[in-house]
Amino acid sequence: MSDQKDEKKTNRRDFLFTATAAAGVVGVGAAVWPLVDQMNPDASVKALASTEVDVSSMQPGQSLTVLWRGKPVFIKRRTDDEIKKARAVDINDLKHPEKDEDRAKNPEWLVMLGICTHLGCVPLTDKGDYDGWFCPCHGSHYDTSGRIRKGPAPTNMEIPKYEFVNTNTIKIG
Amino acid sequence: MSDHEYTPSSKFGKWFNDRLPLLTLANHLTDYPTPKNLNYWWTFGGILTFCLITQIVTGLVLAMHYIAHADMAFSSVEHIMRDVNYGWLLRYVHANGASMFFLAVYIHIFRSLFYGSYKSPREIIWILGIIIYLLMMAAAFMGYVLPWGQMSFWGATVITNLFSAIPFVGESITTWLWGGYSVDNPTLTRFFTLHYLIPFLILGLVVLHIWALHVPGNNNPVGIDIKKPSKDTVPFHPYIVIKDAFALLMFCIVFALFVFYQPNILGHADNYIEADPLVTPAHIVPEWYLLPFYAILRSVPDKLMGVVAMLSAILILAALPWLDTSKVRSAVFRPLFRQFYWILVADVLILGYVGAMPAEGLYLLIARVATAYYFAHFLIILPVLGWKEKTTPLPLSITEPVLGGSPNLAAARSDEKIEKTIK
Repeated sequence: MSDQKDEKKTNRRDFLFTATAAAGVVGVGAAVWPLVDQMNPDASVKALASTEVDVSSMQPGQSLTVLWRGKPVFIKRRTDDEIKKARAVDINDLKHPEKDEDRAKNPEWLVMLGICTHLGCVPLTDKGDYDGWFCPCHGSHYDTSGRIRKGPAPTNMEIPKYEFVNTNTIKIG
Repeated sequence: MSDHEYTPSSKFGKWFNDRLPLLTLANHLTDYPTPKNLNYWWTFGGILTFCLITQIVTGLVLAMHYIAHADMAFSSVEHIMRDVNYGWLLRYVHANGASMFFLAVYIHIFRSLFYGSYKSPREIIWILGIIIYLLMMAAAFMGYVLPWGQMSFWGATVITNLFSAIPFVGESITTWLWGGYSVDNPTLTRFFTLHYLIPFLILGLVVLHIWALHVPGNNNPVGIDIKKPSKDTVPFHPYIVIKDAFALLMFCIVFALFVFYQPNILGHADNYIEADPLVTPAHIVPEWYLLPFYAILRSVPDKLMGVVAMLSAILILAALPWLDTSKVRSAVFRPLFRQFYWILVADVLILGYVGAMPAEGLYLLIARVATAYYFAHFLIILPVLGWKEKTTPLPLSITEPVLGGSPNLAAARSDEKIEKTIK
């Protein structure tokens, strides 16, 4: 009889401990989250989500670097030779296989984030073993489609969301 | 740990000490029995305390003039250099002070490695030291970002991008660290806040480091356990205090040479160009004290594995007390370990050198060999050495080799070597 009573008592206490601990964890979590989340991009940073660029004066072979969300974006008007080179590559030879057709919807225009996917440096235009881009920081070579060909970078340079508003204007973001 | 009861002589002192035993603590620190054979390599603890206080004091006054904003940080640093009274001096002391701090901490760490100060019963002291070292690197890195020069900006970009190597959550973590989509004003303000906070965390850890030290007492060049207090010890004050003070004076001469004659030699000229998110400097290099780890990062061709290797190179030190299986502490009595120790010193220096060079061709090859050796030293050589090596006999006490007993040739020889490295 008394054993049973003891057991019952213990169970009730266990329940209280668990419930208190659970409530405590939820409470502490709720209190800590604002402290953590305040470090994420704020409303004013997010508001600068898109940029419009006038590309009417660009000749084939020229490239332009614009700032979007604090990051450089390369806009390159490619020559026929550069397009041909980018499209001739066997996709199986690539470290990060992507077709040039998918990267440049309009083959003449390549729009991509000018950020090396290794550690975030800005690669140099018309440099490197593949006549595309070369990152001076740790030696990554990109081809005329901005795809990684040699060096430590794991992936191709990223293509941001963009569209042609009209023939002369590109809207990034 | 002096066991005798301390009673202050004055009535007020006694009244106060009964309520807050600060005088007992002061008495413990003065009387603290210290091995009498400590050499000058043991003076760097005091020197490091001096460095920390210098950084806190100069940093505090610099913060009175610095503006943590992406548009104003660069010119506010120039304002400190040109307009603020003695601003040039305060900034040069703070900037070179960081280098001096690392110089001292590397000597302090390599002293522990040579004399086996990390071994039982001093593991906690050692691990606290490694945490302090990690915090120092974080503080130094964030401090370097504050002037908002080209190296500041791109150094910050490269280092924060290391986190993007983490699978799945890497990108979100990097965005969270930046407070945006690239290194920008939110990044600068949080780095300033943390740069201000970390030294005080270090100060707290230093107190624990010294507390943990005062439980077993100092290791010593012979590396044997000694009775305290005994013939083998001297009181901290005045014996160690005066020795530390002299060493500190010598250290300050070196410090002053940098501050007054070559204040920019350890920095990078590109950092006098304001940060530009569109142009990466041709050659990004971290400050000299991070170069060996930078070399390890670049020697691995894979992004994630490079980051893992770099972090392991530091964290492996925390496991050192268990990787070194030898019961003998001091390298003086370990003829084989002594040789491997100097190879490791050379290996780290080589890593530092190739870290400053472009990562290609022969440099890359050297970096890879040196990285492999670095890990082999800790993971293979040290554990194997513990049971293969034949150590020379240990003296029974510190007093023995001094007063009679056979002269210890090994000890004499290793002292010679140390003398040489000073020059």
